Amino acid sequence: MRSPLFFLICLIVGGAVFAAAVALGNDYYFFAGYVVLQYVVLSTAWNILGGYCGYVNFGSAAFFALGAYSTVALHRLYPLPIPAMLIAGGVVSGVVGFGMGYLTLRLRGAFFAIATLALAVVLETLIVNWEYVGGSRGAYIVRPETIAPFGDYIKYLFLIMMLLAVAAITAARVIERSRLGYGFATIRDDELAAEASGVPTLRLKLIATTMSGALMGMAGAPFPYYIGYLQPSSAFGLDYAVNSIAMPLIGGTTSWVGPLIGAILLGSLQQLATVTISSAVNLLIVGLLLVGFVIVAPNGIIGLVHKYLQRKPDDFVGRRHVDAEAPDRVPGPAP
Amino acid sequence: MIFSFDLLINALVSGILIGAFYAAVTAGVSLSFGILDIVNIAHPAFIILGSYIAYIVSVSLGLDPIVTSILVAPAFYALGAGIYQVYYVSFEKRGQESLRGLAFFFGLLFITEVTLVLYFGVDYRYVEAPYIGPTWHIGDVDIPMRLFVPCLVSLALIATLQLVLTRTFVGRAIMAVAQDQFALRLMAVDPIRIKRIAFGISIATASLAGAFLIIIQPVEPSVGRQYIGRVFAICVLGGMGSLPGTLLAALLVGVFESLTSTFYGPSWAPAVSFGFLLLALAVRPAGLLGR
Repeated sequence: MRSPLFFLICLIVGGAVFAAAVALGNDYYFFAGYVVLQYVVLSTAWNILGGYCGYVNFGSAAFFALGAYSTVALHRLYPLPIPAMLIAGGVVSGVVGFGMGYLTLRLRGAFFAIATLALAVVLETLIVNWEYVGGSRGAYIVRPETIAPFGDYIKYLFLIMMLLAVAAITAARVIERSRLGYGFATIRDDELAAEASGVPTLRLKLIATTMSGALMGMAGAPFPYYIGYLQPSSAFGLDYAVNSIAMPLIGGTTSWVGPLIGAILLGSLQQLATVTISSAVNLLIVGLLLVGFVIVAPNGIIGLVHKYLQRKPDDFVGRRHVDAEAPDRVPGPAP
Repeated sequence: MIFSFDLLINALVSGILIGAFYAAVTAGVSLSFGILDIVNIAHPAFIILGSYIAYIVSVSLGLDPIVTSILVAPAFYALGAGIYQVYYVSFEKRGQESLRGLAFFFGLLFITEVTLVLYFGVDYRYVEAPYIGPTWHIGDVDIPMRLFVPCLVSLALIATLQLVLTRTFVGRAIMAVAQDQFALRLMAVDPIRIKRIAFGISIATASLAGAFLIIIQPVEPSVGRQYIGRVFAICVLGGMGSLPGTLLAALLVGVFESLTSTFYGPSWAPAVSFGFLLLALAVRPAGLLGR
C-alpha cells in the first residue's frame, strides 16, 4: 500500500473514532482516549529506536517531560497555540536525544540504556531546581474552557493527539520500508557486520535517537493543557518509561503494528483497571505482563500471530516443525 | 555561601563515609554488569527489598539490621541464582539478552517497586539501632555513627569479595568466565554454574547494602531509582568489574556529591553522578582501574 493512501486510511479511521466518541456524548471517553493515544505515540516513538535499531531507551519519561516542560516555559512567556508548542517540544526533545546519542552510542548498547536512565534523574533534578517552570511545587496551566470550532477543549486536545498518533504511525511505517529502516534493521541484527559492510551506523543511530526523542517530546507537549497542573514527579513518572517499553514489546517490535496493538490493549486495560481497581495495581499488571511476554513470547502478539499462521500449513503438509527460535540450529545433512 | 574550613573537612569526611557505602551498593553491579555482562538494572530494587526485610525483622524481632541482612543473604543468593537461571534459559541461550533481557530486568525493577508500594505504602520507614543516634566529635570533625558503621562493614564486604575473587577457585573461575567461557569449559568447569554462583553473590550483596541504606536514611520504595544512575556511573567509572576501582570511584562520587550538596544545595547532588558517568563515557570508557 502506498504511504499517502495509508495515511489517508489512518486519518479516516482516526476521524471515525473521533466521531464515535462524539456520538457517545460522554467527555470521559475523550479523557481516557487521549491517554491511550498518547501511549500510541510514545510507544511508536520508542519502537523507532528500540524495536528497529535494538537500542533500549529507559528515559522515555524524560523526553516526554521535556516536551511538557517546554510547553510550560513557553506558556509563561507567551501562550502560543498548541501546534506551535508541539513543534517546540519536539525540537527540544530531539536535540536532547541527539546529544544523548552522540555521547553514548559509540559504546556498547547497554551504556546507552543506562545513560538514558541517568538522564531522566538529572533532567528531573534540573527541572526541580528551575523556579521559572514551578520547580518542585509544580506549575498550573489554565486551559480555556472551550475553543472555537470544537466546543470542549478536551475534544481539541484529543483531536491533536489523534493527528499526532496518525502521523507517528505513518512515519514509522515509512521508515520501516525505506533504506533507513533496512539500515536500522542491520544495526539491530549485527552492528559489527553492518559497520563492516559500510552501513553508516553511528549516523543512522543518531537519526533514530533524534526522531524517537522528538516524537516523545511532541507527545508530551499538550500534556500540561490536559492535566492542568504539572509536577516534576508526575511528568517524570516511571509509568511512562515502563509503558513505552512494555507496549511495543507486548505488541511486537518489528513493525509499526506492534506498538499500536500494545498501546491500545495495554492503554485501555490500564484505563479500565484505574477506574475499577487502583492505579498501583494496574502498574503491577503492566510489569508482570512485560516480564511474562519477554520470557514466553519474545516477539510479542505479532510473533504469536505469525507463529500461528505459519504453523497451520505445516500441520497439513506433514508435521515439519522447525523451531525458528533455536539459535544453534545447524544445517544438517540433506534427508 | 561563606567558605569555611570546618565545613569542607566535614563534607570530605561524610563524603568518604558515604562513598564506602556506595561501594557496597555498587559491588553487586560490578559483579553482574562488570564481570558477567548482565545489565541488572533491577539491582537497586533488590537493595530496597533488603532494606524492607531488615526493617521488618528489626521491628518485629528487634534484631540488628546488619546482622539480619547477613542472615538473609543466603536467601538473596538463592533468589539471584534463580533469576539467573530464568535469564539464562529465556535470553542468554536464545541470544536475545540485549533488548529483551534489559526489558526483563526493567520489569523486575518495576514489579518489586510496585509490590513494595502495595504492601508498605509510600511512607518513609526507618530502623532503630544503638549506633544510629550518636555522633563522634574529633575536634571540629563530626563522625555520625550511622554512617561510620555501614562504612566499616562495607569495607569489610569489599575486602572479602576481593579475596574470594582472587584467592578461591570459584572466584578465579568467575573472573575467567568474563574472559573466555569456552576455555573455562575446557577446564571442565560449567560456565553457566559459575555465572549462576556469581549472580547469586551479586544479589546477596544487595541484602547487606539494603541494610546499610535503611541505617543511613529512611527508605521508601522509589528511593532505589536514585541509585540506578549512581550505581552504574560508579561501576563504569571504576572500570567495569574491578572491585578496587569500584571502591575508588565510589569514594570519588561520594566526596563530590557531599561537596556539591554542602556548597550548592542537596537538590543538585543527583546531577554529580551523571556528570561523572558522561565524563567517564566520553573520556575514558575503560574506567579508572579498567584493563
